[in-house]
Amino acid sequence: MSTYSASKTVALAQSAEEGAALSGRPLSLAFSFPPGGTGVFASLAWVGFGISCLWWPDIGDWTRTHQLAAAAFVMSGAIFLATVAGSRLGRFNAGLQRRAPWLLVSALFLTLWEVATAKFGWLPLPFFPPPQSIIEVYTDDLPKLLDSIIASVKLQLGGYVIGATVGFLTGVSIGWSRSVGYWVHPVLRFIGPLPATAWLPIAFFTFPSSWSASTFLIALATGFPVTVLTWSGVASVSNAYYDVARTLGAKPSFLVLKVAIPAALPHVFVGLFMGLGSSFAVLVVAEMIGVKAGLGWYLQWAQGWAAYANMYAALIVMSLLCSGAITLLFRTRDRLLIWQKGVVKW
Amino acid sequence: MVAHALAEAVTYPAVGASLDVERISHAFDIDGSVLPVLDDVNFSVKPGEFFALLGPSGCGKSTLLRLVAGLEAPRSGVLREDGDPVTGPFPSRVVVFQDPTLFPWRTVWNNVALGLEAQGILKSQRQRVDAALDLVGLSQFRNAYPHQLSGGMAQRVALARALVNDPKILILDEPLGKLDSLTRITMQAEIVALWQRKGFTTLLVTHDVEEALFLANRVIVFGDRPARIKADIAVDRPYPRHRGDPRLAELRRSILGLLGLDATW
Repeated sequence: MSTYSASKTVALAQSAEEGAALSGRPLSLAFSFPPGGTGVFASLAWVGFGISCLWWPDIGDWTRTHQLAAAAFVMSGAIFLATVAGSRLGRFNAGLQRRAPWLLVSALFLTLWEVATAKFGWLPLPFFPPPQSIIEVYTDDLPKLLDSIIASVKLQLGGYVIGATVGFLTGVSIGWSRSVGYWVHPVLRFIGPLPATAWLPIAFFTFPSSWSASTFLIALATGFPVTVLTWSGVASVSNAYYDVARTLGAKPSFLVLKVAIPAALPHVFVGLFMGLGSSFAVLVVAEMIGVKAGLGWYLQWAQGWAAYANMYAALIVMSLLCSGAITLLFRTRDRLLIWQKGVVKW
Repeated sequence: MVAHALAEAVTYPAVGASLDVERISHAFDIDGSVLPVLDDVNFSVKPGEFFALLGPSGCGKSTLLRLVAGLEAPRSGVLREDGDPVTGPFPSRVVVFQDPTLFPWRTVWNNVALGLEAQGILKSQRQRVDAALDLVGLSQFRNAYPHQLSGGMAQRVALARALVNDPKILILDEPLGKLDSLTRITMQAEIVALWQRKGFTTLLVTHDVEEALFLANRVIVFGDRPARIKADIAVDRPYPRHRGDPRLAELRRSILGLLGLDATW
C-alpha cells in the first residue's frame, strides 16, 4: 500500500477502506505523512472550504452562506482537536484516522462545488444550486420535508413488511409442499416477472385509496424476489439434514421450522435485499404519480416549482434513507447468520 | 485388563437391542428400470454386539442401514428391533453418517442437543448434552460453529449428537471414511471404548477390512449388487485388539479372498 502515489491513494481511498475492513487491520494510508497527518490536512481543507464561502461574494441571493462557513470552521476545529487528542480518544480516534482521507476529499469537493456555483457560476443556475441553498432547504422547509419523510417511511415499511411476510410464507410453502407448488408456481411465473409499476394505473382505480394501492404495489415488488429465493432456499436444503433430523426423532413441524427455514435463511436474505431495491423504485414512482405525500411527491412538487435545491435536498435524504434501510437489513442478517463465513460487509 | 474389558462389554447387555433382518429385499426405480440392491438378506444381531457389514462400494450396504434406521421401507421382508417391527425412524436407532452433516447454523452444543430438542425433552435433560460432549472430549468447543472444526472434531460432534439419545442400536455408516488415517486410527479406538462403556448394539458399515476386524465381534461380507451375504465371520479376539494380531491378519486374508482381492496379499 505504501507504493501508491498520493493522487492514486485518494482515488483508491474507498476500495482501500473496504479492504482494510475486510482484513480487519487498521488502514495505513500514511504514504509519507506522520500518523495523524491526514487529519491535520483534512482540518486545513475544511478551513479552506469555510474561507471559500466568505472570500468571494455570492452571485445569488442565499441566506445561509455565513452559517455554512461557520459550520465548516467548527468541523475543521473538531477534526483538528480530535487529531491532536490522538490516542486518548481510543476507538473514536481509530475511526477518525480511517476516515481522515474521506474528510479531506469531501472538503475539497465542497469547496469546488461552492466556488463553481455560488461564486463564479461555472455551473448554470438554477440547475446546480450551491451547498448553502441546500442547507436553506433543510432549515426553512423542514416541516414539509419531515412530513414527506414520515409518509415515505410509513408507506415503504407497511408495504415491505407485508410483502416480505407473504413472500416468505409463500416461498416456504412452495418449497415444502408439492401441492402448494402445483397451484402457486404457475401464478408466480405469470405475475411475478411483471414490473410492479405496470400495475399502477389499474391499482389506483381498483383500490379504495392511493395509499392502499401503493402499499399493495410495494408488497408485490418485495414479495416476488422474497418468494422465489425463499423457495429456492428451501428446495436446495440437503436431504442429509432431513435424514439426520428424522433419525433423531424430528416431526414434520420440526423439519420445517428448525431445518428447512434456518438452512434457507441465507437465500431469504438475498430475496429481502432484492425486494428492498425494487420496492424503493415502486415507492418513488407511486408517490410521484398517485400518492400526495412522501419524498417522491416532494421531488415532483419541487420540480413543478423549479425548486432545484429542494430536489437535491430530497435526493440526499432519500439516499440516506435507502442506504440506512439496507444497512439495517445487512446488520440483521449478520446477526442471524453469524454462523456463515465470508459474508460481504456492507 | 483384557478380561476386564470383555467383562465390561458383557455387563451391559440390557442396553443394546437385538436386531433381526428377515428376508429383506430392496430395489430402486431408476429411469423406469428396476435396480435390485438387496436380495433376500437374513441375519440377526444379538444385543450389545458390534456388528460390521463389509462389502465393495455400491453393493447396497448403506441402503440396508437406511432400512434399519427406518428412513426407507424395504420392498419386502421385515426388520425387528427387540422383536418389534421397524416402521420408521426412531431415536433408539441413531445413524452417524459418513459426512458429519452438522447443522452449520447451530453451535456444537446445539447440534448435540438436536435429538433431545426434536423429542421435546431438552429443557429437563440439558445435562445429557454436556455429558455427551464430555464423552467425546469436546466440552471446550461447545460454542464453536461447525465451520470452525476439523474433520475429526466434526465427526466426534456427530457421534455425540447420536449418543446423547442413549441409542439401543448405533448405526455407523462409514463414519471414518473421510478422515485422515491418523485421526481414523484414534477414533477407531474411541468408538470401541464408547461401545464397551455404553453397551449399545453397533452396526457398522465399512469397506475397510482392517477397520471391520479391529472393531467388530462379527463381520458379514456382502458380494456385489444385489447384495447377498457371502460370509458370516465371528471375530473371536478380545479387546483392546492389536492391529498386528496374526489371527486378524489371517481373517483379513480370507475376507479379501472372498472379495476376490487376495492376489496382492
